[in-house]
Amino acid sequence: MRMRIFATAAAIAALSSPLVAKTITVNPGADAQAKLQEALIVAEPGDVVELGEGRFKLTDGLSLDVAKVTVKGQGAGKTFLDFTGQLGAGEGLLVTSDDVVLRDFAVENTKGDGIKSKGADRIVYHKLRVEWTGGPKETNGAYGIYPVESKDVLVDNVVVRGASDAGIYVGQSQNIIVRNSLAMDNVAGIEIENSYNADVHDNLATRNTGGILVFDLPNLPQMGGHNVRIFENVVVDNMTPNFAPKGNIVANVPTGTGIMVMANRNVHVFDNMLGQNGTANVMIVGYRYPYEDPKYDPVAKDVAIWGNQHEKAGWDPKFAGGAQLAAALGGSLPPIFWDGAGGDAARPYVGDVVPALSLGLTDLKATPEAANPSMLPPSTATFTELPKVVLPESMEAAVR
Amino acid sequence: MRALFIACVCLALALAARSGEATTIAGNPPLLSAFGFFNGGADKPAPGLISYSLGTPLFSDYAEKQRFIALPEGAKVTVGIDGRMVFPVGTALIKSFGYGDAVGKMKIIETRLLLHRAEGWVALPYVWRADGKDAELKLGGARVPASFRKPNGEQMSISYAVPNKNQCKQCHSTKDAITPIGPVWQNMVFANERAKKALMAKAAFVGAVPAQQPRWDDPKSGTVEQRALSYLRVNCGHCHKPTGSASNSGLFFDDHDGGGAALGIGKRPVAAGRGSGNFDFVIEPGHPERSILIHRMKSTDPGVAMPELGRATAHDEGIKLLEDWIRSKKPAA
Repeated sequence: MRMRIFATAAAIAALSSPLVAKTITVNPGADAQAKLQEALIVAEPGDVVELGEGRFKLTDGLSLDVAKVTVKGQGAGKTFLDFTGQLGAGEGLLVTSDDVVLRDFAVENTKGDGIKSKGADRIVYHKLRVEWTGGPKETNGAYGIYPVESKDVLVDNVVVRGASDAGIYVGQSQNIIVRNSLAMDNVAGIEIENSYNADVHDNLATRNTGGILVFDLPNLPQMGGHNVRIFENVVVDNMTPNFAPKGNIVANVPTGTGIMVMANRNVHVFDNMLGQNGTANVMIVGYRYPYEDPKYDPVAKDVAIWGNQHEKAGWDPKFAGGAQLAAALGGSLPPIFWDGAGGDAARPYVGDVVPALSLGLTDLKATPEAANPSMLPPSTATFTELPKVVLPESMEAAVR
Repeated sequence: MRALFIACVCLALALAARSGEATTIAGNPPLLSAFGFFNGGADKPAPGLISYSLGTPLFSDYAEKQRFIALPEGAKVTVGIDGRMVFPVGTALIKSFGYGDAVGKMKIIETRLLLHRAEGWVALPYVWRADGKDAELKLGGARVPASFRKPNGEQMSISYAVPNKNQCKQCHSTKDAITPIGPVWQNMVFANERAKKALMAKAAFVGAVPAQQPRWDDPKSGTVEQRALSYLRVNCGHCHKPTGSASNSGLFFDDHDGGGAALGIGKRPVAAGRGSGNFDFVIEPGHPERSILIHRMKSTDPGVAMPELGRATAHDEGIKLLEDWIRSKKPAA
């Protein structure tokens, strides 16, 4: 008996010698769930898990907890991870290890979030599609692409459609780039929340309820979101009626919002093309809900807006009191407005050559009915441009 | 002989672990019998195993659980002041899951191992073969049809989920390392004095022997609030803690003093999606019917249900306890 045990031990020891990086190929089929999950477990750092062409019908969430693994399909229109029949787990794919690259596949119809990565530093999302194929519905999952609590995040060339919260959501993270991506038919197209140092550029956000959101919320481990640059995006026609389940913060985003900044510091919005957003092209607000958290700052500060092209906006503002306000202003709101939270010290810099409005709701407890609107005078303040976000070279190399 | 055998297995595991990382991945025994924990069936544990149960257990689709500790020969367990147990390298924690059939005979579906190797804990799921004589390693998890009767008499047929190796870690992780959850002294219950003494003989207590914590289902053991907090700690606190899988939620049920937004009281959802059920707060004092916590406990929809795993069924009795607790709390002014 003892012989057998030591034979086992020896066999185990033999297996442990270093191996060269390898490719594990998994194809769709009856046992795809177990095969694919096993591949994601037995993969070793440096390995590629290659997904074949076709439709993987999955019943449970997948997860990856091995560092330096690439999961690669044959293309977002050729390799489908189909979660229509999902029975368990809160997301389609969960990544909890560092230096992972996800590329060239699609995730469809997860019951919860699409792809979540948590505490996964230097993660790369590239040429992916996450979609709820039935169009905007309250029963769709919350987030499409969902990195959280991570350092160095790259989302490049992805398509996300149908999320009942945010298509691309980066939360409580640092050093983030979201670029070259399409977010449509979501409640929020792209959302950067409670995060530090983010560049969001060259994206198209359209047919969402709100195009691009930069939020900071209380009662979370990482707060004080700051240093976010939103530039060279096209944010147009975000007129999908809000379909988020109530209770979630995005359920309060007015239909027809282009770019919305809430309770962040140092947010720069520049050189974007904005238009056909019925509430506003750019909206800056404080966090106007009761909360208990002495460490939280509910006021948006040091927001700067310049160089943007504005098309039509503000003709159908979907927030409480918005219609009356528009009527009082001749039928439409200006394309940029600020709720006035924090008073003059928090007044945004507006360099765009369009009118900008303050609602004058200096006090965060004031309701929209108490608005004391006034046009913002031309900004004379100066500010320092934020540095660009630079990610480790290995991440950029992965998408070249 | 049997104890010696287990000691050998533990030693072999410890040695194997030292020899490299691959043992945590592909190099695990494909059959449970290789460990010698069971003598040809889940109902035949080896004599050296220490059996225990928990006063407040984690709900897993009404499955019954059989728990064992296999300690290396001569090794000691340290019980901290907080009751948490520190097991020596070579320890195995063994947990079998199953249901009683129509005549009450237990049929074990799976046995999960937590092995304490030199480089840390490793979690492995084994699924018993149809003949019940041995179990096979299923790193990728499995689904097994299961039928059982709920305590209220309702007959259930579910797709029982055996977690994959990563899902084991999802619940068992602290700062990204795998840790045991269950064996906390104040929550441990023994079948008899002999079993208790068997473990105490191998345990070193850093402080006084901790008193039992309130049992979720025993009104004599504590107030509704104390029992609700016990339930939350065991059923939610392994993920909902600052170092756990749900750290980003800011909602913490591990060791707390029972108040405030971190416990969910008056806390708005963050990443709940449709899990919110159109309600504003995780816990709204006085209003279980408007509390997201209750909504998510009642749901069996994978995008809504909490906990996320082992929840093809709602835990009616646990829900009732938490409803009673929330109802007893004074509504906000």
